[in-house]
Parts: sequence; structure tokens; C-alpha cells
Amino acid sequence: MHYESPVRQPLILGDKSYNQITEDVVRPIENPAPRSWWMVFSIALVMFLWGVGCLAYTVGTGIGVWGLNKTVGWAWDITNFVWWVGIGHAGTLISAVLLLFRQRWRMAINRSAEAMTIFSVIQAGLFPVFHMGRVWMAYWVLPIPNQFGSLWVNFNSPLLWDVFAISTYLSVSVVFWYVGLIPDFAMVRDRAVNPVQKHIYKILSFGWGGKAKAWQRFEEVSLVLAGLATPLVLSVHTIVSMDFATSVIPGWHTTIFPPYFVAGAIFSGFAMVQTLLLIVRKVFKMEDYITVQHIEMMNIVIMVTGSIVGVAYITELFIAWYSGVEYEQYAFLNRATGPYWWAYWSMMTCNVFSPQFMWFKKLRTNLVFTFVISIVVNIGMWFERFVIIVTSLHRDYLPSSWSMFSPSFVDVGIFVGTIGFFFVLFLLYARTFPVIAQAELKTILKTSGEAQKKHHSDHGAHH
Amino acid sequence: MAHTTEPTPVVRALYHDDDVLISAVKEIRAAGYKISEVYTPFPVHGLDKAMGLKETRIAMAAFMYGLLGLTVAVTLTWYMMISDWPQNIGGKPNYNWGMNMPAFVPILFELTVFFAAHLMVWTYLVINGLYPGADAQNPDPRTTDDYFMVELPAADGLVDVLKKSGAVEIAEA
Repeated sequence: MHYESPVRQPLILGDKSYNQITEDVVRPIENPAPRSWWMVFSIALVMFLWGVGCLAYTVGTGIGVWGLNKTVGWAWDITNFVWWVGIGHAGTLISAVLLLFRQRWRMAINRSAEAMTIFSVIQAGLFPVFHMGRVWMAYWVLPIPNQFGSLWVNFNSPLLWDVFAISTYLSVSVVFWYVGLIPDFAMVRDRAVNPVQKHIYKILSFGWGGKAKAWQRFEEVSLVLAGLATPLVLSVHTIVSMDFATSVIPGWHTTIFPPYFVAGAIFSGFAMVQTLLLIVRKVFKMEDYITVQHIEMMNIVIMVTGSIVGVAYITELFIAWYSGVEYEQYAFLNRATGPYWWAYWSMMTCNVFSPQFMWFKKLRTNLVFTFVISIVVNIGMWFERFVIIVTSLHRDYLPSSWSMFSPSFVDVGIFVGTIGFFFVLFLLYARTFPVIAQAELKTILKTSGEAQKKHHSDHGAHH
Repeated sequence: MAHTTEPTPVVRALYHDDDVLISAVKEIRAAGYKISEVYTPFPVHGLDKAMGLKETRIAMAAFMYGLLGLTVAVTLTWYMMISDWPQNIGGKPNYNWGMNMPAFVPILFELTVFFAAHLMVWTYLVINGLYPGADAQNPDPRTTDDYFMVELPAADGLVDVLKKSGAVEIAEA
């Protein structure tokens, strides 16, 4: 019945029973927050409020308070947008693509990775909305009848494709996440002693009772959602890249962008998952579930996607030279050796060289090293978007309008604010939601639990 | 849902292991008793087959919803870009939907996914009777932790069969 090859490492360490999984998952919810949680939460909240202030200043005064100028019309805002959307991709990749590939190691990490997806796509969405300037007219991006004709939205425009892609992605991710959360909320509800807590989880769990037919549908729905989310996640960053690729700016107008952006998105997203989970497993004592093997698997993904990104960078350089177009050639020469050379080489160092350390098993199983690399990768991926956007724009076809970009304190404040907002959401999630998909995890306990595997192999020796 | 108002007494048997549960379900059905419901803390693989449940058709529903989404997207792009107010946008052909279609592929795809995913999940919630604030469907709170419950109408000789099948607790209600 339950058989798995003995060469497979256990995914759940220690002598766990079904009940022990319940206890471990529910512990952060039922116990008061540790002091470290309050400290990090306060810092994140202050950052968030600073960002809210900068956004209010932007809306009240106009986007002239940003560092943009006539030549560089897109800078930190779109850099941050693409960066946050990219980070979001790892969550869907873990929960959907790894589900389709039947990778069981996803089960301990998919809940938090999906939470990260939702929270980072929320941050991403703020930037284009506030870049509109008059945010109260943001609904103009929707195809609704109006008094100008009706003057419809332009379905030929990649910017409108983006509206549809990002909103579909965000809403489908929320639904996918919530379908999985319902049974776990029911578990918290059934144990709750405090009446207020019981009532809240009763509302959240939608009355789930774990009926056989409901589980059958649950599994089918999860599979179909994974099948839908997989092409969806690829389409989202493809469409984001088309915002650039369909333009006629040298350095943007390249057909390599869609796969190159998707690989970069997975790369930065897995790095962010590492950052978050290394903290979560430590603070909430989840080391038995989010094991070193999980960290190692994700490091391998980071290494592979980082190398794909590296190949893309080199291909871009080659194609620029091979195209024979002098504007294209200059755009890349300017990136690597122009006034923004430091951004280009930061990107190269962080994204192409640093993941190569992961070829060594000693390094990719070292948690401190992994944590450092995960931060380095996210810095590198921020620089990638900055390099693509700002260095391509700042020296356009007309040398008399060449200029440089420097961010104002408002640019910095909004970016810092989204980091704060992201961590506020994630920290609240970590204290109130089951951070591990416990119902799913229980299905692999007998095959992948350490004690259970040992029992099986001892038992097998008698035959 | 099957037993609504008739006050037929039911028997609830608790099991503490999913493998025991599967073999118990098979034994109970082989002995000729009809199982009305099984509550489990996680999806037990093979339970639906052991209980003789029909396969769910929700994936087919999702496919239909996807087709609906595609139809909506085709109608929307045709009406707004071709029929109601055609405009010259970068010289793209605006006199015929088919010629302009390649620029609409992202929209067609996104709306297909949007409709398929959301309407499927709404269907899933409705047919399972799940909504915010609904009362818990499981009679025993332990069945979301590590117990498995078989619920069936009371009948002669049933308790012996349940005991033999490995039930750790049997209650009549």
C-alpha cells in the first residue's frame, strides 16, 4: 500500500503522529507572540506608515515629487512593480507546478509561499496605480461604459493586458490559497477554547467538516486550479515583459524577454521564500517540517534559474552585437560601461556569480550562507529591473535630452513602505493562519515521516 | 444531506488510523450495511473508491466555465474594438476581429482562466454547503485532528461488525 523507495529522504523529521502535526502547526496561533515577533512587527509597521505618508504626499502634490524627469519617465516605481510581481511567482510555482509534478516536498512550504505571492502582488499593484497620478480615476482601466462615447479601453495595449493579467493572477491566487486553508481553519476551530477565537475560525472555516465527498472534490479542485495557475503564472510575467518588449526602446525591444523575465521571477521568488522560511522555521520551531532538505531543494532551483538568467544576459549582449543595430549595441555598451556601470555589475555579481556557490552541497545545506545568498539575490534582481528600465531610458535617440535619474526621498519612502507593508501582512499571517498545510502534510506522514520510514525498512528486512 | 428530517438513529464509529478506516469501510460494505458519511482530517486516498462514491464532475464544470470566459472575452474585444468604436491603434487592423485577434490573445487567455477558476470555486463552495459562518459539518471535533469517523444508520448486528473492523469508539445518536 504505502511504499516509497528507501533512497528518498524523510520529509517530516522526528517521531510524529497526526496529532503531533496538529499540535505543531497550531502552536504559534494558540500561544502569545514572542517578543521578537513584536519587535519585527513594530519596525515593519513604522516602515509601512512612512510609506503611507509618502504615498499621501504623492497623491496630494502629484508625481512630480518623484525623481522622474522628461527622459526617464519610468524608474523606481516600475522597477519595484516588476520586482514585487517577480517575487510573487515562486508561491504559485511551488503550489501549482510542483503539485502537477507530484513533488511532495512542496507540502511543508506551499502555504507560506502562496501567502508571500499574495502579499507581494498587493505591493506590486500599488505602483502602477499610484503612477497614474490621479488615483481616483484608476477605474478607467476597466472596460465599463462611460460618458465619453463610450470610449473603451485599448485591448491592443500591453499595459491593459497587464491589468487583466495581474488582477486575474491576484484573485486566482487568493482563491487557490483559501481553498487549501478552509480545512486547516476547521482544525483550528475544532480545537479553539477561547469563544472569540472559536467564532472567528468558525467564520473562516466555512463550516468545513471533512466529508469524504468534500475531500474528493477538494482534490479535484486543487488539481484543476494548479493546472490553471501554471500557465497563468507564466503568462503574468510574460505580459509584464511585453510592457517593455513591444516598445521601440533599444534594450527593451527584444523577443527574449518573456522567458528571461519568467526565469528571473522564479529566481527572485525562491530567494524570498528562503528568506522568509528560514526565519519562520526558526521562530516557530518548524525545523522538523521545513527541513534542510527543503532548503537544499530550493537552493537548487535558485542555482538553475540564476544560471538561466545568466545565459539570458549573455544572449542579450550577443544579440545586440549580432543585430548590427548601432542603437542596440550602444544601449548594451552603455549598460556595462556607462554611468550606471555599478548597477550593471551589481546585477551580474548578485544574480549570475552568487548562485554558482550552490553547486557545492556544503554551501547549499548551510543555513546562514543560504540566508545571505537569498538576500543578495533579491538585491541583484532589484538591480536587474533598475538596469533594464533606467539605463535603457536615460540615453535615448537624442543626445541633447540625455539625463540621469536620482530618486527623491519619496521614491525611497514608498519602496521602504511596501517592504514594511509586506512584512506587516506576512507577520500577521504567521501568527493567525496555519503556516503549514497540515491536512495535506498528514497525507504523506506514513510514506515520508522519519519514524514511519524507519519502521517500514525494519519491517521490510524480515522478508 | 441525504438524511434531513426523519429521526432515524445513526451510529458513529471512530477510527484512529487511515489504513484501518479503509479496510473497515470495505468490511462494513461487504457485510451489507450502507455508509451514509465518512469524516476524515485529510484526504484519505482510495476512500472514495472504497465507499463506492462516484467520480466528481467538477473538472468538467471548470472546462465549461472556461469556455464561457473565452466567449465573454471574444464578445468584449469584438464589441469594443471592432464593432462599437474602431480606432487606428498603431495601424493594427480594426475592420475584422480575426485580423486583430493576435493582439487579444492575452485577454482571451486571462478571462478564460478567470472564469474557470472563480466559477469552479464558487460551485465547489455551494455544492459542499460551505459559506462564512456555517456551522461545523463534522459531529465530532476530533475528526479534523487525528480521528476518522464513519456514520451510518443504526441496524441489527452493526455494532459487532464495527467493533470487529477496528473502531475505537462507537456511539449511537
